[in-house]
Amino acid sequence: MTRLSASAVTASYGARIVLRDCSFALGSGEIVAIVGPNGAGKSTLLRVLAGLLRPKVGSVSLDGQDLASVSRSQVARRIAVVPQIFDTLFPFTVREVVALGRTARLGAFGRASADDVAAVERAIDELELGALAGRRIDRLSGGERQRAVLAMALAQETAVLLLDEPTVHLDPGHQLATLELLRELARRRQLAVGAVLHDLNLASAFASRIVALADGRIVREGTPLEVLDADLVQAVFGDGLEVVARDGHPAVLPRVATRLR
Amino acid sequence: MRTVGILVVLAVALVASAAAGILVGAVAIAPGDVVAALFGSNDTSGTIIRELRLPRVFGAALVGGALATAGALLQGLLRNPLADPFVTGTSAGATLAAVVAIVLGLAAPLVPLAAFAGALVTVTLVWRLARLGGGTTVLTVLLAGVVLTSFAGAVVTFLLVSSDRLALQLRAVLGWLQGGVSVISWPELGVAALVVALGLGFALVLAHRVDAYAFGEETAATLGVDPDRTTTAVLGATALLSGAAVALAGLVGFVGLVIPHALRFVIGATHRRLVPASFLAGATALVLADLGARTVIAPAELPVGAITGLIGAPFFLALLVRSRRIVI
Repeated sequence: MTRLSASAVTASYGARIVLRDCSFALGSGEIVAIVGPNGAGKSTLLRVLAGLLRPKVGSVSLDGQDLASVSRSQVARRIAVVPQIFDTLFPFTVREVVALGRTARLGAFGRASADDVAAVERAIDELELGALAGRRIDRLSGGERQRAVLAMALAQETAVLLLDEPTVHLDPGHQLATLELLRELARRRQLAVGAVLHDLNLASAFASRIVALADGRIVREGTPLEVLDADLVQAVFGDGLEVVARDGHPAVLPRVATRLR
Repeated sequence: MRTVGILVVLAVALVASAAAGILVGAVAIAPGDVVAALFGSNDTSGTIIRELRLPRVFGAALVGGALATAGALLQGLLRNPLADPFVTGTSAGATLAAVVAIVLGLAAPLVPLAAFAGALVTVTLVWRLARLGGGTTVLTVLLAGVVLTSFAGAVVTFLLVSSDRLALQLRAVLGWLQGGVSVISWPELGVAALVVALGLGFALVLAHRVDAYAFGEETAATLGVDPDRTTTAVLGATALLSGAAVALAGLVGFVGLVIPHALRFVIGATHRRLVPASFLAGATALVLADLGARTVIAPAELPVGAITGLIGAPFFLALLVRSRRIVI
């Protein structure tokens, strides 16, 4: 079922047009990876989908409702966004950070209900943060902080989860673990997951669908097998890469021989 | 439970320091006479207590509490532990507006209003400048503060030199500019207390939304905070608090910076706890600083701003060095 969709969206920062005529749909239980070179408009697409940037042309709809007409507090109950910035100079504990996910539902003076407390503890368990819950977030490693921020987004208990390069600060083992968790969540909670991913191989291995962006346009969309072929990779990322098939998934590797010659 | 304990300790400290502020002064008055004075004895010591020490202690508490609360809000909003009304130039903007109001000969109750307006304009400007580069960086805020403070200082100097009205009361104005709570009257205090109460009320209501700014304004929005409305409200509360503080005591530096920062180590970063704790601790700190200001070289007096500067500036430098990893 489609939860979040963009139709014919054009978006700009001032006069600079960053997205042109993009249509996109995200349904329950699927992981859609947004890939493309730097500056292609991936993060902008995510911002438009999250309602953080109003499209110049076109519209975004959330469960059939125009996103522009929904208040921030209502959007926050239905779309969670995992931010790219998750460093803070303040000594918030991990539990306090996860609790930020409940901001939209808190009562006057920030009073938390039993539901709020339960959602926070569930998210902490889900990301196995129990041992870290009382620790200061500014003292954790990049990977641990990323997990805390992911738990914050889960605590929002939304149907849609958007992530901007969720694996960028992680080592390969934690990248894998994070995407496995997202796949598990998409399946179990029937979450609709949209993620900007730089790593084409992770996109290939975990995404139900891939959307490839170049120069602000969607150049191809489909299953990893449909999207990641030699033509597209060359057209979008240049000719230093080759595509090989592995276990039914395309894998993208640098052409070492070409580079050395 | 721990939070309540800390707040109780801070409240007791405030009462104790206020008692000390009333009991101790340039003129020695026996504790028994002080109590008698509070209940309305008519001799000299009664006048000293009721018209000098009491308003002064009350004023210092209001100013310190307001500045520390404003500092906690600004630091949270700007994600910057080095922000406060003084460093960002907000106090200087309020001072300039207040001086202009005096030069124009506006009625005394309008001076705090002008200070509030000046603070609001300046703090909004700092917020805008800090956002220019996309994120609110520590350095941009400090640089904006330096520029705004020197600009406001230059205009104030110009007005001081050229205005006959100010020349008549130059000593009083200069004392006020350096941060002093010595010439506070009860009617002034009443107005300021109302403004501070309003600002503190806003701060308490907004506190949990300020938490959501921990990872930036955009994340605050995805967490369900309406960023424009909340930012405006927080800046407004900051301006009320800094405006009232400046109207009462001029430029008192570093209270707003040091108090919330130090408290975070004790009570944590959550603003729902940090805001009330900052008010109580800021009030206590300034009552004690003022007690120092009027006893260290008695019978002469230091402006309380000199005391807070002496203690605050080294603290600020230490912070700056420690936060180097995040600057820019």
